[in-house]
Amino acid sequence: MVRLEAEAIDPGVLLADFCRGREDVGAVVSFTGLTRGQTDGAAVSRLSLDAYAGYTDKVMADLETETRARFDVLDVLVAHRWGDLTVGEPIVFVAVAAEHRRAAFEAADFLMDQLKTRAPFWKKETGPDGERWIEARPQDHADAARWTTGDTE
Amino acid sequence: MARVLMFGALQELAGWREREIDAASLDALRALLTAEDAALGDRLAGPGVFAVINKDLVRGDPPLSADDEVAFVPPVSGG
Repeated sequence: MVRLEAEAIDPGVLLADFCRGREDVGAVVSFTGLTRGQTDGAAVSRLSLDAYAGYTDKVMADLETETRARFDVLDVLVAHRWGDLTVGEPIVFVAVAAEHRRAAFEAADFLMDQLKTRAPFWKKETGPDGERWIEARPQDHADAARWTTGDTE
Repeated sequence: MARVLMFGALQELAGWREREIDAASLDALRALLTAEDAALGDRLAGPGVFAVINKDLVRGDPPLSADDEVAFVPPVSGG
């Protein structure tokens, strides 16, 4: 399931809800991304995320489908914020449930790499030096490319 | 009139988020936008900017109809 969230998300609550009542699952891996207070040495005081409702969630759902097709997982949750965020606030939460841990770790890693480079969000950081738009970094693209080069297969 | 949307840095550059514009095709729409704002036109033709019609990524020069929603999306940064 993918969720585009306009209000603050609570990773603890999301994880507890995701784990509740499962009997076929032996492993849940979760990842929480937080809003950083600096990027490349430049201070950040606020982050604003633009999204395209109806399209952004559709692409996220496609990424979930790819993840489910590629790894032996039982359930997937992505909760992604948009709107205005303060430093230290959770921006993304991913949880993957699988029968065994390896698939859960790999699927969460894969899904985050895809979200970083393919999910239609547009980030603007505000700091003492003004505002700037942020794009996926070369490292993000290199991380995502690992899954197509066969390096990790 | 197609509904035209701009996102992220494109919205800031254009100075608007949403407009109704009459154009026969995607290329015709780009040409109209470029004629009124050359800097925006350059950016729309630049690397990493894609067009999304009715929530589907498109390539080439598809025709546009009055009830189409056309969005221009700059390079993304999720997570």
